[in-house]
Amino acid sequence: MEQGKESGEGLSFWLVGFVLLIVLPLLNVLPGTESPLHVSDFTLNLFGKFLAFAILALGLDLIWGYTGILSLGHGVFFGLGAYAIGMHMMLSIGTESVYGSALPDFMVWNQVKELPLFWRPFSSAWLSVAASILVPTIFAAIFGFLAFRSRIKGVYFSIITQALALSAWLVFNRNETNLGGTNGLTDFKTLFGFRLGEPGTQRALYVATVFFLGAAYLLCRWIVKSRTGKVLVAIRDSEQRVLFSGYSQANYKLFVFVVSAALAGLAGALYVPQVGIITPAQIGVLPSIEMVIWVAVGGRGTLVGAVLGAVGVNLGRSILTNHFPELWPFFLGGLFIAVVLFFPDGCVGLLRKLGGSWSSRKAGDGLDKPLATSEPGPH
Amino acid sequence: MKKMWGIVALAVLCGSVAGVRAEEPALTDPSAAPVMMEEALKDLASEDAAVQEAAVQTLITRGDAALVPKLEAMRAEGDRSLRMAIKPVLDLLKNKAKLTSRKQEERRSAAADLAATGNPMALVWLEAAFPTEQDRWVRYQIEESIGLIKLADADPAVKAAAATKLGELHSQNAVPALKELAASAGSAQAFSTGSGQALSTDSAAQTPEQALVAKAAREAIERIETWSSWTSAIETLFRGISLSSVLLLMALGLAIIFGLMGVINMAHGEFMMLGAYATFLTQEGFKAWLPPGLFDYYFLLAMPCSFLAAGLFGLLLEASLIRFLYGRPLETLLATWGVSLILIQGARVVFGDLTSVVAPSWLSGGMQLMVGVQLPYNRMFIIALAAVCVLGIYLLLFRTGVGLRVRAVMQNRNMSACLAIPTRKVDAYTFAFGSGLAGLAGCALTLIGNVEPGLGQNYIVDSFMVVVTGGVGKLAGTIVASLGIGGLNKLLEPSFGAVYGKVFILVLVILFLQWRPSGLFTIKGRHVDS
Repeated sequence: MEQGKESGEGLSFWLVGFVLLIVLPLLNVLPGTESPLHVSDFTLNLFGKFLAFAILALGLDLIWGYTGILSLGHGVFFGLGAYAIGMHMMLSIGTESVYGSALPDFMVWNQVKELPLFWRPFSSAWLSVAASILVPTIFAAIFGFLAFRSRIKGVYFSIITQALALSAWLVFNRNETNLGGTNGLTDFKTLFGFRLGEPGTQRALYVATVFFLGAAYLLCRWIVKSRTGKVLVAIRDSEQRVLFSGYSQANYKLFVFVVSAALAGLAGALYVPQVGIITPAQIGVLPSIEMVIWVAVGGRGTLVGAVLGAVGVNLGRSILTNHFPELWPFFLGGLFIAVVLFFPDGCVGLLRKLGGSWSSRKAGDGLDKPLATSEPGPH
Repeated sequence: MKKMWGIVALAVLCGSVAGVRAEEPALTDPSAAPVMMEEALKDLASEDAAVQEAAVQTLITRGDAALVPKLEAMRAEGDRSLRMAIKPVLDLLKNKAKLTSRKQEERRSAAADLAATGNPMALVWLEAAFPTEQDRWVRYQIEESIGLIKLADADPAVKAAAATKLGELHSQNAVPALKELAASAGSAQAFSTGSGQALSTDSAAQTPEQALVAKAAREAIERIETWSSWTSAIETLFRGISLSSVLLLMALGLAIIFGLMGVINMAHGEFMMLGAYATFLTQEGFKAWLPPGLFDYYFLLAMPCSFLAAGLFGLLLEASLIRFLYGRPLETLLATWGVSLILIQGARVVFGDLTSVVAPSWLSGGMQLMVGVQLPYNRMFIIALAAVCVLGIYLLLFRTGVGLRVRAVMQNRNMSACLAIPTRKVDAYTFAFGSGLAGLAGCALTLIGNVEPGLGQNYIVDSFMVVVTGGVGKLAGTIVASLGIGGLNKLLEPSFGAVYGKVFILVLVILFLQWRPSGLFTIKGRHVDS
């Protein structure tokens, strides 16, 4: 993001924000359902989901694209945020549930007679909202502290976080943890007293998601532009030099890890009420590594890329899984390979390259140098 | 009238005398036996329940295996009551014959089956067979069966003695019967609370003999249970070691590839899956084209097949993808994850969801180590296979020219290249070899599990944990770490459950890395950053 592009970028940010925040909801409300301009409730809801993912992608980009730490466990933080809100919504179902008990249905099946202690705080909506961000933050802080303090880095960190995703998936799947087991949490009725089934509530949730995405984008941009951001990039490019220059790289890494976990938690909190279900299948190893590919496809090291990638890949996914469900894994696998081999800088990198070669013909400027320099040897 | 009664009485008397006469020579003179057997066989079809019962008794007491075909024929034709009458006779006679069989397994199962019939005649046969029996485990089985039959004896003293004997034998099979005995003898502190409470009203009527039996039974149960907690610990340990062996085969390949090329191969688990499917295909091939007599040997061919299949695929992958990504572990991680997704879905499309491999007969069953501890041959085979592989890899790396080159490239790639070591070739072959090892692991895994497309996924995270914990570049690290993680996995399973065991291991690994950030064993050097 060079100086010259600054104003252009600001303009496009407000333009995209205007379209997403005002135009789309208005097109949902104003024209009749037959009008070609009409945006259906379903589409709006789908976009709300994608934009929630984009918030997570922003955080992931911050840690991977900018700091060079590949976390394969972001599904866990996403899940913690999602479960926090999900638990609140489970409790607010009250006696409307199938069994008419004040306890969530799955507890009735599992013959839990009394609400477990850790569920109690979630009867308060505001406390749950706070928890959806604080729980992943605190968890990431502890995990990150242990990991970065002992200088676990590179692939080692990736593997440990992947094991974390596996463990979390296993634990959330168990019935005795009282988190709904394999079926997860679902059948939600209300949030803050609003019916989730109403289009109006969904529209409000969509608007909130766009708003938080904008805020997250600005936050990330601020971090990236600040001195801290420069250190983060320096850590990515040469950690040893940063360390020898007197910076405590562990603290910087911990900071960025915690921020990205908080964003993942926020994404989870916005995702659940819009989708209406959260299960362990959404927080395991596979979804966690899929989140990485959103960022890679969009273009790591660019915030716009992260957002584009999250929306683009998920859009592709929902189209493909609708029409050719058995082809999706092939496509996703191919995407992983292609993005690494052929366009390591993602779509944004590709666009820049095209733009760069076009402008270099005029200015005689060189191309952007590739992000990763290959240097054989053990890492 | 009186006269008539006299005749009847005389006839009965004569009949019984004749019966005794007929019986006596039967013991000494074998020629009379067949006649009696014929009669008994005829009586078996009698309408009169008493006659039938007597015939059954005669056949059981005096019959032998020679009668089995006749009985089988009768059973095939007879009505329901006849079939019901014949069944116990057949079972007993067959097992009696088996008791003197040449095969140790048959003698053993016969002894066990005889105990299940509970027939007092079985006791006689078992006691007769015991002194001449040579095999330790058949002797054990006979003793256990004798004890079990005696446990149902009417005499409390015999019962108590049998209970004590079974306790000495650590007989797991006797526990239900003993528990029943302890409870039904109506002890005040009933052993199993459920039935104990129901029967507590009877406790007033308890006799001293019954109390004695109950006490003996309780002591026996305690003894058996202490023993079984030990044996289950040993079996757990054994299962842990065999799981470790599979992990080791996986992790060895991973560690060598990572150490040499800086490549994280997430598709390594899928090489294992390929190996498993290669085994499956070999099995199907044997079924389809070769005589059934050769079927048992398919596994011998399946091992090289799975190694080659996975190895060739590894070579292909290296040439088409991996070589562009050397030294960029994070990128290889993502790209190979993509490969693994494609392979899994490919296998699902081609083979469907569940296919199973039948272990060859020479790997079924197990070796009895001590009472209650049976080491299955298939798991022993896996352990042996892993041991052979480790030895082979050690020799290959440290005793051959090829190994020298591999180690040289691992330590300093540029220097090796300057010394005319073809580093590219070394890379390619090492990658293929590591993949082949995973294939072999997959082949071994078919012995203890199903073959399914997601097979490798269950092991990949664990194997990477092994690599991380063990450190890169040293064989010993991988071996110790896989033993540790595999063993802990199984060790924690009974007390924590499989899930929390895994979580606990993750926590342990993270804490361990606090202490040794680059794993157990590392190549020492002066580098700050590798």
